[in-house]
Amino acid sequence: MQNPWQRALSRFFRSSSGKAGLFIVGFFVLAALLAPLLAPYDPGKDRNLRQRLKPPSIEHVMGTDELGRDIFVRVWHGARISLRVGMVAVGLALVLGTLLGLFAGYFGGRVDMLISWLIDILLAFPSILLAIAIVAVIGPSITNAMIAVGVVQIPVFARLMRSMVLSLKETEFVAAARALGAGHGRVIFRHVLPNGLSPLIVQATLSIATAILDAAGLGFLGLGAQPPAPEWGVMIARGFQYFTRAPWISLFPGLAIMLAVLGFNLLGDGLRDALDPRAAR
Amino acid sequence: MTAYAIRRFLGLIPVLFGVSLLVFTFVHLIPGDPARVMLGQRATPEALMRLRKELHLDKPLFLNVKAFQETGDPKALLDSQYAVFLGRILRGDLGRSIFSKVDVAAELKARFPATFELTVGAMLIALLIALPAGIAAAIRKNSVFDMLVMTGALIGVSMPIFWLGLLLIYVFAVYLHWLPPSGRLGIETSFQPVTGLLLLDSLLRGRLDVFVDALRHLVLPSLALGSIPAAVIARMMRSSMLEVLTQDYVRTARAKGLPERVVIYKHALKNAMLPVITIVGLWFGTLLTGAILTETIFNWPGIGKWLYDAIQARDYPIVQGGTLFIAGVYVIVNALVDLSYGLFDPRIQYR
Repeated sequence: MQNPWQRALSRFFRSSSGKAGLFIVGFFVLAALLAPLLAPYDPGKDRNLRQRLKPPSIEHVMGTDELGRDIFVRVWHGARISLRVGMVAVGLALVLGTLLGLFAGYFGGRVDMLISWLIDILLAFPSILLAIAIVAVIGPSITNAMIAVGVVQIPVFARLMRSMVLSLKETEFVAAARALGAGHGRVIFRHVLPNGLSPLIVQATLSIATAILDAAGLGFLGLGAQPPAPEWGVMIARGFQYFTRAPWISLFPGLAIMLAVLGFNLLGDGLRDALDPRAAR
Repeated sequence: MTAYAIRRFLGLIPVLFGVSLLVFTFVHLIPGDPARVMLGQRATPEALMRLRKELHLDKPLFLNVKAFQETGDPKALLDSQYAVFLGRILRGDLGRSIFSKVDVAAELKARFPATFELTVGAMLIALLIALPAGIAAAIRKNSVFDMLVMTGALIGVSMPIFWLGLLLIYVFAVYLHWLPPSGRLGIETSFQPVTGLLLLDSLLRGRLDVFVDALRHLVLPSLALGSIPAAVIARMMRSSMLEVLTQDYVRTARAKGLPERVVIYKHALKNAMLPVITIVGLWFGTLLTGAILTETIFNWPGIGKWLYDAIQARDYPIVQGGTLFIAGVYVIVNALVDLSYGLFDPRIQYR
């Protein structure tokens, strides 16, 4: 007899998108962790004007940019920034959104009305506009981009959690826990939350993909990470000015974004197959 | 249905009220004195005072507790900056730009057609790609073609739109010289628009040259903007079609000996379209309001680009008015999509 986690694991490894996603995400995580060990890099000092705008070659596999910087090294170190932004932003949204959804669904009534109102207000803005507006207020920087991209994702988790709590609240095991005298805190965190975990994990993985895309968009608009940071969106924006002469400056960071986002999307699909077999198709 | 529609729209009021609160708070959280920004560093204290009074900046932000305590009149409590702001937007007055002095509401109206045209173009391209691809992938489930479509759709949602835009500009404008890289019309084209929708206006005036020029400018930004909805709609079309194809009435139709073509296009497709129409509607709202990145890259003179420029220049009345306008359009389009379920699916009963 297998326990549910073993069954989920074996379902996950039967899903080809899950395996492909795990491979890509694992590759990026490993690259990000190893970057400072294998290729120490200081973006503030990296300059080699004699090697400006060189096309890809054996020496510089992705070419060089307008300051003669090796694009491969910068794309590699960019993985550290983008993965961190994606994970921190989604972590923020996951915690805040889940708590809001839990309280709204569990307590209902006025608490639900107030939280649902706040969520509806956030959802009234297209996500990139909301992120831009938040950064416009708190100022452009990589930390603020994380906050902005995270806040944008809060409604997703809040709504998901709220609807799960509403159905879990009616189950017999929750009624039993209440009958045994468990307090609100115990019922919420020991009985309701663990049973709603699977869809949250799936959504968090998919949200990392969205967060990486949004953060790169902010970087591209000059509202996220600031030069000379090797952030992928910033690199694409800088390359834009040299686009006709040296398209590789923007090409490779864009490919990196696409691959990383693809990885998290595939991983999310695979996790859905594994954790939520009824929703899978 | 009518009762539900009325209730749905009344439900928008608290949301829009919250939106106005949020936008107002956002703009007032930005550090700096608007009066000083408008008059410059060398303004005299008297001029600053006068302008601050004129802009109601001397009043408290939300509730005028002081005036209430002095007069005891509850109305005095509402003598605040937010009340002035709300009163003005309810009259359709969104203020003026700090720098160019243009009327924000008028400028929004003037720029909306460009954004609308781009949205329609992007949606048409998305549908032209996604519907046939999704249907064909569902019919030939697990074939090589199906895998190609699904892989393409995954890549489509994973691609940063601004990067795709750059690639399109490089390939089709810089390298092949087939299409123009930016703007809505060539600089040599002079044309006085009627409605602002250039494709429509050029036909109204019988200017075929302008029509072709506008269409050529529309292709690349539409492709870039349409890429994500194309991917999402193709996935939706496929899964919806697959679901419908397992239904009893499809089996009945096949058992009657109907040709497969009739089964698919007459019996299955109609029902498979329902969830797709919803997604199309929601994406229409998103594109209409979320084209900031695309408009910026292609220098498209719509609302998104204008708003982005205003944010860069810290032109707050534009940011405030534009954000409000976009949020308003977004929630109204979403409500309309909600209501349209009943039109397309007679099984839905509104209570």
